[in-house]
Amino acid sequence: MKLRSLVLAAGLAALASTGLADGHGGKVKVGMITTLSGGGAGLGIDVRDGFMLAAKMAGNDNLEVVIEDDQRKPEIAVQLADKMIQSEKVDVMTGIIWSNLAMAVVPAATAQGKFYLSPNAGPSALAGKGCHPLYFNVAWQNDNLHEAAGAYAKEAGYQNSFILAPNYPAGQDALTGYKRMYDGALAGEIYTKLGQTDYAAEIAQIRASGADSVFFFLPGGMGISFLKQYAGSGVDLPVVGPAFSFDQGILQAVGDAALGVKNTSQWNKDLDNAANKAFVEAFQAEYGRLPSLYASQGFDTANLLLSAMAKADVSDTDAFRAALAEAEFDSVRGDFKFGSNQHPVQNFYVREVIKEGDVFTNKIISASLTDHADAYASECTY
Amino acid sequence: MSTILLIEQVLNGLQFGVMLFLMAAGLTLIFGVMGLINLAHGSLYMIGAFAAAAVAGATGSFLLAIIASLAAAAAAGALVELVVIRRLYDRDHLDQVLATFALILIFSEGTRWVFGSFPLFLDIPAALSGPVMLPGGIQYPAYRLLIIAIGLLIAFGLFQLIAKTRIGIQIRAGESDREMIAALGVDISKLYTIVFALGAGLAGLAGALVGAIQSVQVGMGEPVLILAFVVIVIGGIGSIKGALVGALLVGLTDTLGGVLLPGFFATFMEPSAATAVGSSLASMSIYILMAGVLLFRPTGLYGTA
Repeated sequence: MKLRSLVLAAGLAALASTGLADGHGGKVKVGMITTLSGGGAGLGIDVRDGFMLAAKMAGNDNLEVVIEDDQRKPEIAVQLADKMIQSEKVDVMTGIIWSNLAMAVVPAATAQGKFYLSPNAGPSALAGKGCHPLYFNVAWQNDNLHEAAGAYAKEAGYQNSFILAPNYPAGQDALTGYKRMYDGALAGEIYTKLGQTDYAAEIAQIRASGADSVFFFLPGGMGISFLKQYAGSGVDLPVVGPAFSFDQGILQAVGDAALGVKNTSQWNKDLDNAANKAFVEAFQAEYGRLPSLYASQGFDTANLLLSAMAKADVSDTDAFRAALAEAEFDSVRGDFKFGSNQHPVQNFYVREVIKEGDVFTNKIISASLTDHADAYASECTY
Repeated sequence: MSTILLIEQVLNGLQFGVMLFLMAAGLTLIFGVMGLINLAHGSLYMIGAFAAAAVAGATGSFLLAIIASLAAAAAAGALVELVVIRRLYDRDHLDQVLATFALILIFSEGTRWVFGSFPLFLDIPAALSGPVMLPGGIQYPAYRLLIIAIGLLIAFGLFQLIAKTRIGIQIRAGESDREMIAALGVDISKLYTIVFALGAGLAGLAGALVGAIQSVQVGMGEPVLILAFVVIVIGGIGSIKGALVGALLVGLTDTLGGVLLPGFFATFMEPSAATAVGSSLASMSIYILMAGVLLFRPTGLYGTA
């Protein structure tokens, strides 16, 4: 029957794609599972490129990396992790971008005695009660950038924010993080659909709400759509958000609509330290584009690992763990140290989107939070 | 909720509806005339958007970009029909689904291969950016008004095409009895290619128009494709009128559901719970609408069994 086949067919509309892998002999084998195809591929590619750049610059033959594409699907990430642990026999795992994939892979990997270094995802569940001695987060805990945005809004004197985020765990963490630091009233609080691309209805509500500022967390393509439509709507309230909607990979697609928007990040390409200058220069020379914050996180992850490899053998779990926890490497963020739950204690900055020649990019305008640890560290006991 | 806000949201629903119509019109024609399930329709939408972004980037002209999106998607549609789809007409629906699903993968990875993994830039022309003041003090983006106008014009044009022209008569005849019109001397394979290219062109146009206010990236077509299937199931398969009514119903339900439901629950629940329940229910609303329509009219609003 026509209709039945049609309904069946509609349910099947989804995407899948290829993976890639390489490898050669060495002493520490790293399994990198990241997103290299589908809608979120730009993030995974940046993490991979940042990581591999650090490996190349170090020229350490003892580091071997196996890379696989999770296609942003938890079930595929789990299969790849099983394969890497059982047949590839990796020592350290890394690479996952999305929190829901991290939740599917990380607890199982650490339970099997593998180190996991997260270059991006930092779900609260793994920072608090669910923390593990072998799990290190090199990027941030999910709430952090939103807390920095809330602190900025408070400092800027906003009294009546309209806040919105997609209706999924990281979206709920985002609004919680913002509200933790911001202490004005809320003109409105909206959860949008994950993957939504038309924000006309939400923008109309913002216009009618009488807000004095807008905070949004809409990563990737969702943020591009929102900003372009917001710019065309004639609502001209100040916008603030985390760096995810303003990273180097998507700014060119947003265009003029993003100019002047304040966003919060733990890194920017103009951070003044030698490691960062060398990184930005080498990244541009190697790949012909400006690095994003994801690339900086991949780069730091590799350097953290290399610093631990110089001090201890990975087969001596306790010594290697202690070497990782010391975090003695030149981070592109400047000072870098781990808190008690092995998540970063670091500075956050407010950036503004500017145009350099033809290229849209960010410039740091002020510090937002200094030596900031996440809110879950006290719940973590090993 | 003020009247102005409500009217603005109705306009938003209309605009979303006419965009869905451009997608659904092609899908329903292809399904109605050829009996083919084309999952790759979303890829044609994506091709239109990428072609528009590439041409706009090279020439700076939005009009040329729109023309390019129509041409590129129609050409891709015709090519796909000649090379792949043609072999599938006599096959089972499951074979068609498999083959067109493979086309999605090929188009997605092909596009990434040509344009890279990062989203492209496509913006609306300066003359259309910003809001216009409508009677009654409603501020509404000019570009969205244009989308509504273009969508309604195309709907009108399609009705004329189907009702008044020779090709329209052949399309309607093809829907009711394929063998008979072939026997009467109509070149059925040429007709199929034309219908497929027409549907593809409309999808490409929708991709370019929407790409200018959303993001042009790989995989942008699939979420719209699912909604387009919902539209043609509601409207009745093969009916252009059904596609239009279905698209407007889905557009209005989706937009107004998202706005009104959280407010409705907030009248008797605490705000954060109301937001959570309201937004979850709003995401379901179009599927509830579809189930409701099918319950009373199993062949859709304008479908024939």
